[in-house]
Amino acid sequence: MSLDLATIRRIATLARIRVEDAELPVLQAELNGILGWIEQLNEVNVDGIEPLAGAAQMALKMREDVVTDGGYPEKVLANAPERAGEFFVVPKVVE
Amino acid sequence: MNLTDLTIAAARDGLRVRQFTARELTEAHLAAIATLNPRLNAYITVTGERALAQADAADAALARGEFAPLTGIPLAIKDLFCTEGVRTTAGSRILDPFIPPYESTVSANLLRDGAVFLGKSNMDEFAMGSSNMTSGYGAVTNPWQRRQDTTAVLVPGGSSGGSAAAVSARMAMGATGTDTGGSIRQPASFCGVPGVKPTYGRCSRWGVVAFASSLDHPGPFARTVRDCAILLGSMAGHDPKDSTSADVPVPDFEAACRRDVKGLRIGVPREYRMDGMPDDIERLWQQGLGWLRDAGAEIIDVSLPHTKYGLTTYYIVAPAEASSNLARYDGVRFGLRENGEDLRDLYERTRASGFGAEVRRRVLIGTYVLSAGYYDAYYLRAQKVRALILRDFTEVFARVDALVTPTAPSAAFAQGENMDDPIKMYLNDVFTVPANMAGVPGMSVPGGLDANGLPLGLQVIGKPFDEETVFAVGAALERAAGFDALPQIRAGG
Repeated sequence: MSLDLATIRRIATLARIRVEDAELPVLQAELNGILGWIEQLNEVNVDGIEPLAGAAQMALKMREDVVTDGGYPEKVLANAPERAGEFFVVPKVVE
Repeated sequence: MNLTDLTIAAARDGLRVRQFTARELTEAHLAAIATLNPRLNAYITVTGERALAQADAADAALARGEFAPLTGIPLAIKDLFCTEGVRTTAGSRILDPFIPPYESTVSANLLRDGAVFLGKSNMDEFAMGSSNMTSGYGAVTNPWQRRQDTTAVLVPGGSSGGSAAAVSARMAMGATGTDTGGSIRQPASFCGVPGVKPTYGRCSRWGVVAFASSLDHPGPFARTVRDCAILLGSMAGHDPKDSTSADVPVPDFEAACRRDVKGLRIGVPREYRMDGMPDDIERLWQQGLGWLRDAGAEIIDVSLPHTKYGLTTYYIVAPAEASSNLARYDGVRFGLRENGEDLRDLYERTRASGFGAEVRRRVLIGTYVLSAGYYDAYYLRAQKVRALILRDFTEVFARVDALVTPTAPSAAFAQGENMDDPIKMYLNDVFTVPANMAGVPGMSVPGGLDANGLPLGLQVIGKPFDEETVFAVGAALERAAGFDALPQIRAGG
């Protein structure tokens, strides 16, 4: 499966990474190289195999559904590029 | 005596009998960093004043007769571990600036046990790389040089290249690293030091900047297997803040280093014999197996049939998880912001400006394999192959106690090599990735030198939560190898 330029633009949009038109051909070659290499997984017979999401071979622990952390807005906001009071500031999204 | 030459075990003894102070030990390492870091770039951030304050606190504790396992021991912390009040970069410009308001569990455990932090070590950006060349803070130089060609500047491996280089060059007694596909074991092999990736869940991931959550494993580097055991003993333990942290007791890893390997069954996976692998590596592997046979272990040929699919599976699973984890870098809550016409433009410009080329590649691959219409063909299929890789290990570990293989298919290469094609760089991790897929513990131990005088590592892989056998086999290899070669660039050298 080979990615065309429109697909790469679409993926970049989904990933929210700006890609300049001039960069597209190089990116296309690199990504297609990697995807072509990955195709070798099609050789493996996976019939009837349950997918494995993680290496932790144990059930996740349950705990009480209570708040265990929080209540320090200053720490949360300390690294914000821009803030106003106890809020992060972003460009206007609602007209 | 050079204080920077001591092992952690010896320094611990020396501190307890007041042969030298923690301040002297820390000052010796800070002096080594001041001399060598401009050349090696192993540290992104050096926290000298903080380190001296911690050393003074250690001296005060020692004067009161309080001995914690690491009191006064100076360490490097990979810049992927969040450290409260100390800049943390993950090797990326997108986190510039970021000063965590909290301490990662692993580094907090080390501080609890009295350790001194010298600074934050350099790494591939977001731990994505095998050479440290993707760091947003410059490449790291390997302290080792080729015998015949001392002008070639070699890579330390990656992604924990700064940690491995710092320990090797005696700019730290030990260091933390993280291993997602080989990022502790491969740089350990390249820099001639031991490094351990424990079982998944053994060390908490809380406060470690996430790359691929199901594959990320914190672990230690040091200059002896025993020192790695001492560090892991402090780093490990159950943490309710990481839902995948294992609630199992932490054994005495240091004691396990003294265990006999007599009677152990050591598996040799035939699929780890790669075309084009240098003869020196094959020779070292056979030598390592001979050492274990001489020590009374039984060597058994085994098969891990899905080994060759480990890397390709990894390059679906790891980018998929990374594309999700790295969605948080949006220019809004922390780190870099590039302003745009609207919020979406802000996101896109920030991420284009802040991520390096390799990170961008992996986020795009990950986004693609998770996207509608492709999820089953790529991601789901990879998860099924991952199950087969785990099954290979489970079946083999019914017959053997540990596996011994080469750590990496080559010795350290020069900066700039393997850069023309991303896949060439990925192949570095062919022997280390399967253990991440399965979550089983692994270690690299320096075994010898190649014809160029560069260190080569042997890898020991064990059963889940049986790091003790891994330490026993690693220590036996270390004793037999008698590896005492030193890097050309080092403190006191």
